[in-house]
Amino acid sequence: MTTGDPIVQALPGRWAQRTGLGLRLSLRRREALAGYLAILPWFLGFLFFAIGPIAASFGLMFVSWEVITPPTWSGLGNFERLLGDSLALISLQNTLFYTVFAVPLNLLAALFAASLLNVGVRGTNVYRAIIYLPSQMPLVASSILWFYIFSPTYGLANGVLGWFGVAPQRWLWDVNLVKASLVIMAVWAFGGAMIIFLAGLQGIPTALYEAAEIDGANTFSRFRLITLPMLSPTIFFNLIVGIIGSFQVFTSVFLMTAGGPGSSSLMLVLYIYRNAFQHFKMGYASVLAWLLFCIVLILTLVQFALSRRWVYYEGETR
Amino acid sequence: MIRALAARPGETLTSFLSRQSVRTRLSHLTMHLLLLAITATALLPMVYMVSTSLKPEGTEYEFPIRWIPERIVWENYPKAFTSVRTLVFLKNTLLITALSLVGGLLSASLAAYGFARLRFPGRSVLFILMLSTLMLPYFVTMIPLFILFRTLGWINTLYPLIVPAFFGGSPLYIFLLRQFFLTLPTELDDAAKIDGAGFFRTWWSVLVPLTKPALATVAILSLVHHWNEFVGPLIFLNTENNFTLALGIRLFRDQYTTFLNYTMAYSTMMTVPILTVFFLFQKYFIRGISMTGLTGR
Repeated sequence: MTTGDPIVQALPGRWAQRTGLGLRLSLRRREALAGYLAILPWFLGFLFFAIGPIAASFGLMFVSWEVITPPTWSGLGNFERLLGDSLALISLQNTLFYTVFAVPLNLLAALFAASLLNVGVRGTNVYRAIIYLPSQMPLVASSILWFYIFSPTYGLANGVLGWFGVAPQRWLWDVNLVKASLVIMAVWAFGGAMIIFLAGLQGIPTALYEAAEIDGANTFSRFRLITLPMLSPTIFFNLIVGIIGSFQVFTSVFLMTAGGPGSSSLMLVLYIYRNAFQHFKMGYASVLAWLLFCIVLILTLVQFALSRRWVYYEGETR
Repeated sequence: MIRALAARPGETLTSFLSRQSVRTRLSHLTMHLLLLAITATALLPMVYMVSTSLKPEGTEYEFPIRWIPERIVWENYPKAFTSVRTLVFLKNTLLITALSLVGGLLSASLAAYGFARLRFPGRSVLFILMLSTLMLPYFVTMIPLFILFRTLGWINTLYPLIVPAFFGGSPLYIFLLRQFFLTLPTELDDAAKIDGAGFFRTWWSVLVPLTKPALATVAILSLVHHWNEFVGPLIFLNTENNFTLALGIRLFRDQYTTFLNYTMAYSTMMTVPILTVFFLFQKYFIRGISMTGLTGR
């Protein structure tokens, strides 16, 4: 509404100004109100299912509570317990081991397959769909399937080794192989990361490759000098998501090894689950959950800090 | 392909191999071989599952593996289906999946509309806050949630697995839908306003019909997530009549652990619906993943 508006000019000055302003404000207010109402369901969920529980979980760290009896204040007792708990340390080491192998191998396989698919040979859609399938299999079903695949006496894993003349292994029942077995199963489901890579690859302008070809760059140097830098935001994203997910590995371990043999595949989340829902040590389990949270948070922040050195954003940031 | 690869008369091996079309063909051949190898690796465990699920009782432990059963026993499927209360598990799973789908779509779309189209103080901060909850490990919230649901008397009911979906679904859904809302021209909202539509009417009658592709993507993500979900049901449900399929298959495995063929039949039955949905709606799957980075696990 401008002062040049004939209606406004016809009205007495102050009155028009006030209503004009009032009208604008009320419109903006109405929009804001509608905005708050629109996000209200989410916001309530955010309060009750995210922020509230986080706050509660923080408080729980300082109590001793076995659910059936009322909670009692235990101060730093749960933290002292953590310091002397060798199982917590073992579960942390196992989770680290699992992450260090599962995430990079998964991403390498995904990147390799995505690069092949990106060439666009005939039948690409069929290849893509089939390679993607394992990642869509319900995790419960694939855990049970792989449990039998890793059978020392009749499993498929030993069958495949046999084709190459390798002696049968005890896989999930071998202290030294159990984590590797879980890694193999995780790498098998690399399809999700592959699709993300494929989308990233398709976003790289072909002009870059054409120019490089004219300059005489071979396949390898094109990959190193164009694909890798242009794809680095996608690699970074997959790395972040992969590590956050891998630190929370639970279902496969729970169903396949239950942390065994001994504690050789006990993972952090499985240990939290046991403390919380089998031993009902809610306070101590909360300490462990916060330990997991802090590790994930620190790893993510460190990666963001490091990303400035190797992630290349062209134009807009993602 | 064969014709292109045929050496022309009088052509030396060097000139044959350096011909552009031959080089391309050969490199494509290598690609196919590599892709076939990867495809075979992806499929092998699943083929093993299906093959074992069709074997007659007692032959499923043969080693070396017999890939084609000596006799195909389809009856393994109905037997596996009826040996535990699969119908009950299926009913619970469908109930959870359907209701959380509706709740998630409605509340996520509404929130996405707010974040994308309406201006209000604190919008960006709230949006960042929403996205940051993605990083929360689920076990940090799981323990207090268990206590909350226990206080509400919801343990061993389906409520904990349905009700939260009505409060925004997942931050990823909101994010995905918001991105989609942003691509729609704002003239739509203005035109609706001139026609006298309020904000919610604009959302429901003008914008929602235009976001169908994005809604389909979110629907698929939600469907797969709730069908596959294991940890939530494991913690919140504890009697068989409330079990979902994910818990049912575990129960089955524990009860029939020596009957490999039935267990594999059960796993196949749980996998097939998801893979069917995938093949029918592949486009939406791929879009959902490339837009959110959510890999479905």
